[in-house]
Amino acid sequence: MQLRASPHLHSGRDVPTIMRHVVYALLPVCAFSIWQYGLSSLALIVTVTLSCLFAERLSNKLSGTVNTLSDWSATITGVLLALTLPPAFPLWMGAVAGLTAVWLGKSLFGGLGHNPFNPALVGRAFVQAAFPTAITTWAPAFAPQRFTEFIPSSLTLPLMQPNDISAWVAANMVDGFTGATPLARWKFEQFVYPVEDMITGAASASTGETSALLLVVCGLYLIARKFMDWRIPVAVVGSALLLALAFRLFGGDEYPPVHLVLLSGGLMLGALFMATDMATSPVSPRAVWAYGAIIGTVTILIRYFGGLTEGVMYAILFGNALAPLLDKYLQPKVFGAHKK
Amino acid sequence: MDRPVYSEAGSAKGLSLLPAPPAHPPLVEGQHPSHGLASLFSSWRRGTFQRGVHPAPHKGTLDQPIKRMPFPRKLVLPLAQHIGKPSVPLVAVGEEVARGQLIARADGALSAPIHAPADGVIEAITPRPNTRGAWTDAIVLRVYEASTQEVRCGEPLDLDALDHTQLIAAIQQIGMVGLGGAAFPSHAKLNVPADKQVHTLIVNGCECEPYLTCDYKLMREWPAELLAGIRIALRASGATRAIIGVEDNKLDAMAAIRPHLSADGSITLQAVATKYPQGAEKMLIKSLLGLDVPNGGLPSQLGLVVHNVGTLALLGRLLPRGQGLIERVVTLAGPGIKKPGDYWIPFGTTLRSILDWAGDPDCKEREVILGGPMMGQAASTLDIPVSKGTSGILVFDKRMLEPITKQSWACIHCSECVNACPMGLNPSQLGMLSAKLEFDEMAEHYHLGDCFECGCCSYVCPSHIPLVQQFRAAKAFLRERKPT
Repeated sequence: MQLRASPHLHSGRDVPTIMRHVVYALLPVCAFSIWQYGLSSLALIVTVTLSCLFAERLSNKLSGTVNTLSDWSATITGVLLALTLPPAFPLWMGAVAGLTAVWLGKSLFGGLGHNPFNPALVGRAFVQAAFPTAITTWAPAFAPQRFTEFIPSSLTLPLMQPNDISAWVAANMVDGFTGATPLARWKFEQFVYPVEDMITGAASASTGETSALLLVVCGLYLIARKFMDWRIPVAVVGSALLLALAFRLFGGDEYPPVHLVLLSGGLMLGALFMATDMATSPVSPRAVWAYGAIIGTVTILIRYFGGLTEGVMYAILFGNALAPLLDKYLQPKVFGAHKK
Repeated sequence: MDRPVYSEAGSAKGLSLLPAPPAHPPLVEGQHPSHGLASLFSSWRRGTFQRGVHPAPHKGTLDQPIKRMPFPRKLVLPLAQHIGKPSVPLVAVGEEVARGQLIARADGALSAPIHAPADGVIEAITPRPNTRGAWTDAIVLRVYEASTQEVRCGEPLDLDALDHTQLIAAIQQIGMVGLGGAAFPSHAKLNVPADKQVHTLIVNGCECEPYLTCDYKLMREWPAELLAGIRIALRASGATRAIIGVEDNKLDAMAAIRPHLSADGSITLQAVATKYPQGAEKMLIKSLLGLDVPNGGLPSQLGLVVHNVGTLALLGRLLPRGQGLIERVVTLAGPGIKKPGDYWIPFGTTLRSILDWAGDPDCKEREVILGGPMMGQAASTLDIPVSKGTSGILVFDKRMLEPITKQSWACIHCSECVNACPMGLNPSQLGMLSAKLEFDEMAEHYHLGDCFECGCCSYVCPSHIPLVQQFRAAKAFLRERKPT
């Protein structure tokens, strides 16, 4: 005779299932970036993911806990982190990012569910500070030799400065490539990138940021399967859109056009796959809306008034930091509560 | 007829939360003037409540009629089958009793009598496991092998000749209690205190628990008795109208009831969304009337009283005949049951005799659940008898239990529990507090007291955290500490 307290049924959904589906949703994004950047992109994704898995397993061993590779969360961290790095990023730096992401971003706090910040973004923030040049060196997409040779900087020897890629860029020159992202070109040259380049992935950007359209489709899959809280991307993108519109309408031409804000940089990747990280986002419905709106707003403020061209990463980390407070002060409305 | 009459104004007095009762209740099935688009629209607008879950129904034997289970050799009748004071035995060991004979009387106002479910001889009056597994006094009845199914005790009552006090007393005398699970004495619930007014009787025909089909079958097979019971309950409570709320997956039951509704529109039938826990009192009131029962409050504060369809069907059947409540419909289901279905089972039948007759002897590592799978209790021993509050007996095997117990993870803040809790609580936060034994914080700032333990949070939790189980423990801790 078995004895258990009710309920005796379960929905059947578990943590690995959720995490696995997030990985599935990221696979098309990975495939697209490999098609764009070839071997370098593939090697970067594999290296970063393996370094995350290694870091997770080593943490398990050192802390004497069960093997947590099977919950797939380290895999997500690795894939997501790789997608936020530039395709020409030296692989050894990618591995450093992966180790930092898992150790500093997650294991230190006690593993999955206990981490206050999105591990992938912790890793990304670390390498942004550590390797400021490498992380802003962009490579052109669709280079003719991309499936047969690496971008030279990818294979930089560990602990060395990245190999110079200017000769390779010159040899693989694609029309219009300048080595700057759409946001940077706006910020420094007031240049408006054509919309179609930003949708098809021709604009220079991080490995997984190039096609906003593909990201939205993959996000919709997760939303349809109820593996993602749709309110977060809606709140992030919605607030960014409203602010960008307001600045453009009332501030005039010194502010970028709306499509540039929405389609460029990490906004879509961040709103759909980073801000929605369950462990680091709030649970209460009102807190979720506030969290999304804060991320969207801070992104715009950093992009327009900060020194950086890109603001999504720090905006999400800021939102992560606020999440517990938002949950505390915006508790769900209790059924039958007395109206004051 | 001596029924108390309440004016319209009187029935709304002191109910600041409630607007005047609507002249025509919304979405009345069968009464609704059908004008094209409007009726189409109303069929979409099933009453519902926020959040909740949709477990698979597993209602496998819907097409079968209610059947009878043979008498077991022995019946164990706990004296406390209901909420309130235990009954007082009126028989001595060795005494012969007939099916339907009064064998224990009610002790005071909040208590119910017990009648013999079969012909036999009293073998002992001694502690035995009750439905919760605790040993309490029980009457053990050895059943005669030739015991008849016929009930020869009880004098038919002329209900119209009874005044209000007599009617309440008559309901108590047949031992009627709430059959939905709580087993609260029905006469006490229907006897509205003089300073309170009840204007609407809510009849709960939701049966939102998976597997259970006993209420559905009673509605389908005994609609006339159900309506008779509703009319008795209306008289006893002084309510002026009744609304039968049925989940919209039970269309047969609704079709069976509809021809029996009163022509004057005082009893109406309303479909509500099929969703767990639709059958919870507060959720059903929200779905039918759009009203929130204030937290910590009772439906009577809104002028409402809620009764289960099973209770009222048996009330309508037994009271006019003056017969005692001696058996009920129980759903037998689950992979460990060979003869699933709904059966009339006399009170006192032990799980052992039911499983000997209907169970699968090959079922290993089984769990026997009394009630539904979401809120029912696992039985600690097979000596537990079916009592007035037992709506189902489910036997689950190892395969069904593994997914829940195999592995658990830390809370990943996925917010599924928050999006499932019908009470709008934050089970995630409560779970973390209870892991830290912060029970006072849970009660003071996170509304622990509003949790009615429906189990939606544990059902959805992808980390397999036993949330509601911890809340129960926290509530028990706070309850026990209170007197000191």
